[in-house]
Amino acid sequence: MNSFTYTRASGVEAAVREKAADNAVKFIAGGTNILDLMKENVERPSRLLDLNHLPLKAIEAAPDGGLRLGALATNADTAWHPEVQKRYPLLNQAILAGASPQLRNMATNGGNLFQRTRCYYFYDTATPCNKREPGSGCSAIGGYNRIHAILGTSEQCIATHPSDMCVALAALKATVRVSGQNGERTVKFENFHRLPGDAPEFDHTLAPDELVTAIDLPNEDFSQHFSYLKLRDRQSYAFALVSVAAALQLDGNTIKEARLALGGVAHKPWRDQQAEELLKGQPATEDTFRKAAAAVVSSARGYGHNTFKIELAKRAIVRALKQAAEGTQHASDIFTNSNP
Amino acid sequence: MSTTSYIGKPVNRVDGPAKVTGAAKYAAEFNVPHLAYGHIVSSSIAKGKITKIYADEILAIPGVLQVFSHENVPSLAWFDRSYKDDVAPGGSPFRPLQGNEVKYSMQPVALVVAETFELARYAAALLRIEYEVTKHDTDLETKRDDGFEPGRGKTGWVPPPKPRGNPDKELKNATHRVEGEYIHLAQHHNPMEMFASTVEFLGDKKLNIYDKTQGAFNSQQYVMKVFGLSKDEAHVVSQYTGGGFGSGLRPQYQLFMAVLAALELKRSVRVSMTRQQMFSMGHRPHTLQYVELGTNPDGSLAALHHHALHETSQFEDYTENVVNWSGMLYQCDNVKLTYQLAKIDVYTPQDMRAPGAATGSFALECAMDEMAYAAGIDPLEFRLRNYAERDQNLKREFSSKKLRECYHEGAAKFGWEKRNPEPRSMRDGDLLVGWGMATGVWDASIQKCAASATFTADGHLTVLSGTNDIGTGTYTIMTQIAAQTLGLPLEAVTFKLGDTNQPEAPLQGGSWTAASVGNAVKQVCDKLGEQLLKLAQKMEGSPLKGAAYEDVEFVNGQIRLNADINQAVVIRDILPASGKDKLEAENTMLPNPINQLKNSLHAHNAVFVEVKVDPELGTLHVTRVVNAVAAGRILNPKTARSQVLGSVVWGISMALMEESVMDHGFGRYMNHNYSEYHIPVSADIHDIDVIFVEEEDDKVNPLGIKGLGEVGLLGVAAAVANAAFHATGKRIRNLPVSIDKLLL
Ligand SMILES: Cc1cc2nc3c(=O)[nH]c(=O)nc-3n(C[C@H](O)[C@H](O)[C@H](O)COP(=O)(O)OP(=O)(O)OC[C@H]3O[C@@H](n4cnc5c(N)ncnc54)[C@H](O)[C@@H]3O)c2cc1C
Ligand code: SF4
Repeated sequence: MNSFTYTRASGVEAAVREKAADNAVKFIAGGTNILDLMKENVERPSRLLDLNHLPLKAIEAAPDGGLRLGALATNADTAWHPEVQKRYPLLNQAILAGASPQLRNMATNGGNLFQRTRCYYFYDTATPCNKREPGSGCSAIGGYNRIHAILGTSEQCIATHPSDMCVALAALKATVRVSGQNGERTVKFENFHRLPGDAPEFDHTLAPDELVTAIDLPNEDFSQHFSYLKLRDRQSYAFALVSVAAALQLDGNTIKEARLALGGVAHKPWRDQQAEELLKGQPATEDTFRKAAAAVVSSARGYGHNTFKIELAKRAIVRALKQAAEGTQHASDIFTNSNP
Repeated sequence: MSTTSYIGKPVNRVDGPAKVTGAAKYAAEFNVPHLAYGHIVSSSIAKGKITKIYADEILAIPGVLQVFSHENVPSLAWFDRSYKDDVAPGGSPFRPLQGNEVKYSMQPVALVVAETFELARYAAALLRIEYEVTKHDTDLETKRDDGFEPGRGKTGWVPPPKPRGNPDKELKNATHRVEGEYIHLAQHHNPMEMFASTVEFLGDKKLNIYDKTQGAFNSQQYVMKVFGLSKDEAHVVSQYTGGGFGSGLRPQYQLFMAVLAALELKRSVRVSMTRQQMFSMGHRPHTLQYVELGTNPDGSLAALHHHALHETSQFEDYTENVVNWSGMLYQCDNVKLTYQLAKIDVYTPQDMRAPGAATGSFALECAMDEMAYAAGIDPLEFRLRNYAERDQNLKREFSSKKLRECYHEGAAKFGWEKRNPEPRSMRDGDLLVGWGMATGVWDASIQKCAASATFTADGHLTVLSGTNDIGTGTYTIMTQIAAQTLGLPLEAVTFKLGDTNQPEAPLQGGSWTAASVGNAVKQVCDKLGEQLLKLAQKMEGSPLKGAAYEDVEFVNGQIRLNADINQAVVIRDILPASGKDKLEAENTMLPNPINQLKNSLHAHNAVFVEVKVDPELGTLHVTRVVNAVAAGRILNPKTARSQVLGSVVWGISMALMEESVMDHGFGRYMNHNYSEYHIPVSADIHDIDVIFVEEEDDKVNPLGIKGLGEVGLLGVAAAVANAAFHATGKRIRNLPVSIDKLLL
């Protein structure tokens, strides 16, 4: 860990200005990711600019009737907010499937979007890693890659985005509100994170001086048929090997609207709109779900240790869609959906 | 009624309040004055030479005091024997910072000492080191043909017995035969408390050393020999240890570093490891095992062959008893047990909870399950049919063996008779249910141990023995034994440990602490009791006159006649009456050599496990465990139960999660942190039932104690894997039983 100074941001604009002026400044929110990375010598900011005193903690109605989640609201407060529980239970389930209660009490919504990959090599400065040190090589390809991506990978990087919350946000078609030097803008969730391509050092599409102020959930209802299914090596405090956010609107047994996003399989939360189209208008049967699952993994590629994820993803998609259709997420299968 | 009978009672931990209030201090918590902080730099390569260390660059930073490396370490002890600790295996111990050679990845190559911890860590991150890289070799799988039989191993290692009968022929002729290869990767202990030493510099060469260890005396001997210090100069204290599991049996390198820096800088120094560095030391070795079994038509074992090959370092031959158990756990006349090591570029493995047996029992007990299926016999019935009435390895009788009772009581509690043996036949809704079982056996050892006792005129008894409490409950059970022996209330007794100024006790390991220290405490208290009786007899009008020690009992704060318990003297009154302010006794307990040599001394257990598996997703959960243990006298059912609960959790962990995964390209463990090296969380653990089967044993040692730290772990991993087979029909012989293996 290097020496650094610490200051509090006095306002959103000031924070953006200070960040723009110096590339070695980093924001800190809950600190649950940035501090770990600093201790591992992966992030080496010369100054931490603390966002925690900015007035971005509110969870309130958005102008279109949706819900606005402040960037500095904690993951715990978000998951347990009555409006989230009632109208966006998929998000509640996804957040609670992540990390541990202690971490969720500290972690913020903004920070969750920016959390970095858990690739072993990214964390270990003794090994080459293109994401950490562009051009040094990807150790995971040909190395130990059990937790790595099977979709949207590149020759330069096969890391995954580790978030659970973001998988639900992708499925719910959230938009991200951003403040920068040139004022405010909104970014569709699917355009927020990016695939590694030949620049794996960039996880997202924001400019370095941009700050996330809020996340907007659209005024849509997926509160009856949803599932967040997370498969992992232990029941808490472990990242997803594969996770699936499935949300449906049904008319009788016919699928009117479908959302399907995966975690743990790609450099970004992997929403598959083609598969969603395949589901729409079809009967909510296992057969339909299988077709959608096959479509999602049709372009998947394994790298050895992680090849099992292709089959696992397929089966998880079918199960999640089934749970969503049956509305059984709350029946709480203790083994796949406990949220300690 | 006796109110001072504590042995066998669920007494609360006497050190509990100190622990929960933070009064209990661990090695890195002694904030001695004028402390400097060391941060260890670990090698980034697995093999080669250090060609340059740019120490000057960081010495220029204000507050950085020194960079220790092979370039400036003073000449220290020359001979290997000076670096050998109590449990060092054969070979040449690793000497930190002596020589430019890198022998394994994350080897400590430098120590940066600075005025603050933060500064030391920062400077350490900046330290540039250049290496000349040599090709390393870290993959045991490529060493199958390079195995060798170790020569002299470490203390406690017994070479496998010579083959008996004609195993090769009988395996060929067997009615049913199974064979399989069983594998697990390296596993690291990872106690919660990381290794740390705070060395207080008291002038000249005099040091107070607060060390995280499982044996203060072992650390002291090491420091004395390596740095040429006297006993007085190397005073080691280790009163609380935040978990050990074997990792603290050998002095770890932070001790060397902290002592070196303190002596060189003539200043107090603390060195702590990072969690990542906890993967740079001893570990349960990556092991490949082969087991072959054959049965006769009546289901008795015709022959058994168990072979193990595990890794060791290039410089030491670490040994553990992996296969020997297979020659004694079941009655079998044709047995071949073979054991080999192979050298790779890693640090030397080290004892980890039930070393060898945890590994061996996993393979043997899975193979027994496979054999039972092949022979068409219920796995429990199969074990009963092959029950060993005597130890065929040693050709001795067991001092006691209540394994049969473990089977019966465990099976009854679990409901084993309701099991349908057919794989995939039992269900809970959509989930597959699997029931599996396995057996374990572990040594009931005892070591020489000294203790002292002081009784003061205020009625307080203080007992000392320089053992360790690694969380096992040593403080508590020793207090119970001492209090009961002298008939005093618990509050009137203090037991102290973890200090080299105390009478010498063995390392805290091998499940021998309860027996060794317990019997030593009992003996020294009896010695004190005899003195008390003598003084009591001199009291005016003493009703105890002429009574021998055997004629009296120490109960409820009194010494009273067995023949008439109303004839008594109050113990508190004895010293005031005799005008003495204290009584002292010291004693060294020696194990009875005849009993030790005549009998086979072992603890046993039987484990029953239920798993539920989602057949589509491959998720597996251990929903129920019954562990029936026969381990002699249970001193405290509460601390004993905790030991076994912890063992079961550890066994589930071994079965389902733990592996230190090496990237052989770098020769480096890649999941070296708590986030990616998985152990269970509370949500992974469901019902655990612990049964202690009654077992009286007056041959094992006077108190009849067999020790509990390890036996509870045995069989758990195998029982889980066997249950997984019963649930799914899939035989997984390669730990951990993880989702990827269950899925495909
Ligand atoms: C052991 C462990 C297990 C975990 N398990 C899971 C899991 O299972 N699932 C899961 O989803 N997550 C998991 N997490 C990750 C956790 O969710 C994230 O660390 C957390 O969400 C990050 O939020 P934070 O506020 O603490 O971010 P910080 O650490 O404060 O910041 C992270 C990054 O975001 C930037 N940042 C923060 N806020 C803003 C903003 N408003 N605008 C612009 N940039 C910003 C910071 O500069 C920094 O680069 C785990 C973490 C740990 C340590
Ligand atoms: S997968 Fe990406 S993060 Fe991991 S080593 Fe390769 S480049 Fe680095």
